Amino acid sequence: MTKEALRKTFLDTLPVLAGYLFLGCGFGILLSQNGYGLGWALAMSLFIYAGSGQYLAVELLAGGAGLITTAIATLLVNARHLFYGISLLDTYQDTGKAKPYLIFALTDETYSLVTQAQPPEGVSRKKYCLLVSFLDQCYWVVGCCLGALIGTYVPVSFEGVSFVLTALFVTLFVEQWLSHKEHFPAIVGVISTLCCLLICGKDIFLIPSMVLMALLLTLRPKAKRRTTT
Amino acid sequence: MTHDILLVAVAAGVTMATRFLPFLIFRKQVPQAVRRLGAVLPCAIMGMLVVYCLKDVTPLAWPYGIPELLSCVLVAVLHIWKRNSLLSIGGGTIFYMLLVQLVF
Repeated sequence: MTKEALRKTFLDTLPVLAGYLFLGCGFGILLSQNGYGLGWALAMSLFIYAGSGQYLAVELLAGGAGLITTAIATLLVNARHLFYGISLLDTYQDTGKAKPYLIFALTDETYSLVTQAQPPEGVSRKKYCLLVSFLDQCYWVVGCCLGALIGTYVPVSFEGVSFVLTALFVTLFVEQWLSHKEHFPAIVGVISTLCCLLICGKDIFLIPSMVLMALLLTLRPKAKRRTTT
Repeated sequence: MTHDILLVAVAAGVTMATRFLPFLIFRKQVPQAVRRLGAVLPCAIMGMLVVYCLKDVTPLAWPYGIPELLSCVLVAVLHIWKRNSLLSIGGGTIFYMLLVQLVF
């Protein structure tokens, strides 16, 4: 990979770098406040590698939750990953040895980048996806460990920086809106999630919204479907 | 200690399962309906993630989600205007940080 290609890939992941360092830090701090040190932060960011899933795990650890509770709660929070796989079946089909890691590393942010960003010239999609996935996890692991080391000292002036991830998704949402003729899926995504959030509350709304979204997108009129490219 | 390690292992296992399951289920061939769904999902998921990120906003209590709303609008406007991701994301985030630290 050329220097220019590396630079482009790094710039694509820059928002994730900012977001992961701070969110990871926040996680590490919370974890160490609950009496779990660097080793735990390292293990969890390496093997769980899911933002909201790890924050949840801290609560579960601190509350001494049972294993079945842990399994169900984790499933509720992370079920959205099922959709990521469904839309990457073809993209990740012939990725060979890299495939297990590409799938393992599918976070919200990595998914957003690999489905939208274009690889730099002369770089295969597989290589690009792999580099993005790897860089993102590095940022996350460093963030989590840094937080565990900082411990209870919280730099107050960074309040609000986790908004960088919201901004990332808003940007990608707008980008997709501008580059697609058909806006039905985007509208379905927002409306069904919003409705389920209002009806079911913020703890369990993800799975109902995913079901609703899948139904609406599958059942919509056939004539409309053909216009999708 | 043992329980804690098991708990982390369960969380890791379930998270991995949510990521690997679609690839395991559709290993041989992908049904047309699933392929079609997969093609339109990225757009829908971005909408879902925006809402997901804003789930802790309290529209009925102070600060009424105003900082989030203003910052999201700024991000969208910046992006429609310049179409430069780093500018939209960076500008929106800095604006949000200023809002929550200095104004609200």
